[in-house]
Amino acid sequence: MSGVPETGGGWTGAVRRRSVRALPPDKLLPDTQPVYMASWIYVFGVLTLASLIVVLVTGGVLALKGPAWWHASDVGKYVNSLHLWSVELFMFFMVIHLWGKFFMAAWRGRRALTWITGTVCFFASIGTAFTGYLVQQNFDSQWIAGQAKDGLNSVGIGAFFNVLDFGQMLMWHIVLLPFVLVLLAGWHILLVRLRGIVPPIDATAPPADGTTREAA
Amino acid sequence: MNRHTRNAAVPDPATFPARPYDLLKEFTIALVVVALLTVGLAAVFSSPDVKPVTLASWARADGADFTATGVSELGGTSGTAEYGAPYNHTPGAAQKLGPVGLQSAAGVRIPVDTANDFVLGPLRDAPEPPAVTAALATWDAASAARHRAWTAAYSDALAKAHGGAPAQGDYGPVPVLTARLLQLARSGGLDGQLQAQGKFYETDYTRSLLFISDGSYLESLARAEHLGGDQWGMMNETGNYPGQAWLWLYTFWYQIEPFKSSGNADALIWGLMALLSLVLVLVPFIPGVRSVPRWTRVHRLIWRTYYREQAAEGRRRE
Repeated sequence: MSGVPETGGGWTGAVRRRSVRALPPDKLLPDTQPVYMASWIYVFGVLTLASLIVVLVTGGVLALKGPAWWHASDVGKYVNSLHLWSVELFMFFMVIHLWGKFFMAAWRGRRALTWITGTVCFFASIGTAFTGYLVQQNFDSQWIAGQAKDGLNSVGIGAFFNVLDFGQMLMWHIVLLPFVLVLLAGWHILLVRLRGIVPPIDATAPPADGTTREAA
Repeated sequence: MNRHTRNAAVPDPATFPARPYDLLKEFTIALVVVALLTVGLAAVFSSPDVKPVTLASWARADGADFTATGVSELGGTSGTAEYGAPYNHTPGAAQKLGPVGLQSAAGVRIPVDTANDFVLGPLRDAPEPPAVTAALATWDAASAARHRAWTAAYSDALAKAHGGAPAQGDYGPVPVLTARLLQLARSGGLDGQLQAQGKFYETDYTRSLLFISDGSYLESLARAEHLGGDQWGMMNETGNYPGQAWLWLYTFWYQIEPFKSSGNADALIWGLMALLSLVLVLVPFIPGVRSVPRWTRVHRLIWRTYYREQAAEGRRRE
């Protein structure tokens, strides 16, 4: 590729060459898509990502002001409501996206890792939302913590992940789990770009006669 | 079909005809739509914020329940006192997943001695009226068997009194100790004592929450909000809010046998959910499960335009 040295540059150059080879700019940010990508189900992936951004921004505002702010401020209460409803939308869109991909058997064609990162994202999101409910500092938090401890203790997890410890849960909710979730989501999206959108089940490659791609 | 041929059967998307598609424009529109939806839902429905129960609010609202719980903490018969790992070493209390006892294997990592942590310690740390000093001395001088006899007799008497004054009996220093504990709790002092545990900064509410959860007051409030375990409570929250609807399957198992009446329900359901989660993650590799999309033919609806055009193309060729 022009402008990219083929050798040299040490580890940095090798990583750059490999990255550009795997995901050249027109593959990373394509301005065309295969014609079979024509269904409303495709919208739920991008809606999930958009919701995640709103969740992170509203959660960031709550983090800026501290965990007790929203109990004593009307603005805080509204920001908390934004955070709650963006999470509800995020989970709703993600579940539809997940079921859509299941019925499309979207793991076909070396896309198993894309499926795996997506499902692990789903479980990480459940954990993140759960710890969010634990750090609300209200009756819901008390009750959910009291109930959840029995499930977690029954399999030994509660000895290390104490849902009654507000400080520990706050750290999991605002640092560890969002970090994991964003990392997984980024990896998932890069895999989607790397492999492309999965073709329909039983689709065959069109004849390679030079007329297979329309002018963009 | 081996892995190689299965992969080879899926053509490269780049070989298909393409059409313009502006990903960034789509993302921007999605972001605006989600932001507007969130703003609207938050403005219309707000969010629940029911005040937490404190030891003080509990002791003031239901002193009889607080006292009965205090007696059970002192006598070592409360839910926490007999919980097992990770709080204490109660034999046979830990749940098992078949022959596997993960709960006891994890060990006692959050030690809780309910008599000392919830009752005797706070009483000693607070200013002691002479009667309480004498009661504490009597308690300390008595044997463990005597402790159990006093607290059991007083628990029975309280239960029979239904919130009224218990009948006379040999309860040792227990009535004086629990009356002082109730007084401390009503003043708000017990919340601070249990929370701080001799420190200034503290973010761990384990002891306070365990004590509150041992009573029936918290549960009665929760059941009124449809939050009980048999009310699908794990996915609900206070008020008419959607809560954690995504926990529906986890909550579902608690509503049916054999889990509903099992002493190992939590461990069994966690084991089952772990297995089902693994199945979801590994769907691409599980024969039969990975073929469900082909059998259900929902994909014919999703890609109906493609399949229709393919069928028309086939007819033209014929």
